[in-house]
Amino acid sequence: MIEFLQQLINGLAQGSIYALIAIGYTMVFGVLRFINFAHGDVYMLGAFAGFYTAPKLMGLFGGGPSYAGAALVLVSAMSICAVIGVLIERVCYRPLRQHPRLTVLITAIGVSLLLESGGQYVFGADPQAFPEIIADAAIEFPASWGIFSTLTITIGQVLVVGSTLVLLLVLRTVVLHTRTGMAMRALSLNPMAASLMGVNLDAILSFTFAIGSAMAGAAGVLTSIQQPSIDPLMGINAGLKAFVAAVLGGIGNIPGAALGGLLIGLLEALVVGYVNPTYRDPLVFAVLILVLLFKPSGLLGKPEREKV
Amino acid sequence: MSAPILDVRNLSVSYGAISALHGISLSITKGQIVTLVGANGAGKTTTLRTISGILKPTAGQIVFRDQNITGLPPHKIVARGIAQAPEGRMIFSNLTVHENLRMGAYLRKCKKEMAASMDQAFAIFPRLAERVKQEAGTLSGGEQQMLAIARALMSKPDCLMLDEPSLGIAPILVRTIFDKIVEINRDIGLTILLVEQNANLALEVSHYAYVLETGRITLEGEPAVLRQDPAVRAAYLGG
Repeated sequence: MIEFLQQLINGLAQGSIYALIAIGYTMVFGVLRFINFAHGDVYMLGAFAGFYTAPKLMGLFGGGPSYAGAALVLVSAMSICAVIGVLIERVCYRPLRQHPRLTVLITAIGVSLLLESGGQYVFGADPQAFPEIIADAAIEFPASWGIFSTLTITIGQVLVVGSTLVLLLVLRTVVLHTRTGMAMRALSLNPMAASLMGVNLDAILSFTFAIGSAMAGAAGVLTSIQQPSIDPLMGINAGLKAFVAAVLGGIGNIPGAALGGLLIGLLEALVVGYVNPTYRDPLVFAVLILVLLFKPSGLLGKPEREKV
Repeated sequence: MSAPILDVRNLSVSYGAISALHGISLSITKGQIVTLVGANGAGKTTTLRTISGILKPTAGQIVFRDQNITGLPPHKIVARGIAQAPEGRMIFSNLTVHENLRMGAYLRKCKKEMAASMDQAFAIFPRLAERVKQEAGTLSGGEQQMLAIARALMSKPDCLMLDEPSLGIAPILVRTIFDKIVEINRDIGLTILLVEQNANLALEVSHYAYVLETGRITLEGEPAVLRQDPAVRAAYLGG
């Protein structure tokens, strides 16, 4: 029982990371109807943005681990990734707007390879140690909690889940209750109609890439707090898992992406805890196959329909 | 005749190698309902989409309120004062009726004026007021058309373009929709460019009409005159 609870906690923390990345996949799919395969690499760039800015930013707060410094590192990585995301759309995808989607999809794979190889060239191919921006340790529970005091919950896990929750709530507010969020939803339903309402499609697309990439950047830093070894190829696996999460939740559906991320994280933890860690990745992709076979529109996605 | 509010001059449009419009000219007088009648594929929707900036013309000019708006992107054309209720309605089905109307007023800053426009839309289409919180996709075809027109009105345009407002609507509602179009023109004084396959009805409500055939204007004039034209009668009015 306590073992199960422990696995759920581990899964929740990892699932939060997938949820944050999955949102970028699903938002871009929502407005442009293609999978931005370079998105996992933006997550990697988020980790490296944190890696390079942390020494300077942490110095502002005495140099040692601090929550204020960590928050600043997180925000700076998110901002850098937002800019990178906007640039990727601007330079690589926008010129192909009128081309078949397959062209854009292949370009996305190209951008992904470029970021991975470029990352190896610029950052070096060897894993690097992410600086300690918070003092991560297991939280001590009082012995009076009995069996629950044997649970291992780290500060890093709490921060990851907490930050994810905050970011999801902010995103929800933006999408549901702002004019730009409404334009984004309108655009994903019908781009031509949205432009006939006066929506500047280019501006909304840039905004969508900025938000999605910022979320991936946050995931990059939050991951590195728990697993402080980062390398230029770290986005491949995480990106694929998050893509599966987005499909599982219903591609194009933002709450679906968050839910899918959490479920994939939980599934992984349970497989690692109860089955065999070797089966972790194959089972995640088995989920993808099952979803595509039995519920292609995902858990929360609606099959596309139009009244004529 | 007063100066036109919207003047289309020798407009040509192609889809790749296929030419859809061969230098058409239209002139829309302020405060009138002008109809473009023609068969399927004549280029009616192409004309409206080009005026709205969705399609780029290969030649010709579009002049609105004495300013050249040719080639501007759609959002800038809406800002200049041309709104369109597109063919097939294109309402935002997962958004509520209220959100659809707010999307129509996307470029407007003043909340007070926006509320006034919404009241005006509800006065014209009381049915929408009853369904304001409902998802637009759950409306009937006729109600969706009302929403599409109301949504276009929300930008407070100087010229409203309606693309096939009778398409796919229960016959009993078509008459209602056309009564509303006349009402909007008469009460708000709004200039309307109407594209319609139902030539009988369109000619009945409009002040001036053009006949479009395979990308060319073949006839124009007062509806009363066109209705007497044997060619028009044979082709569009059922003999």
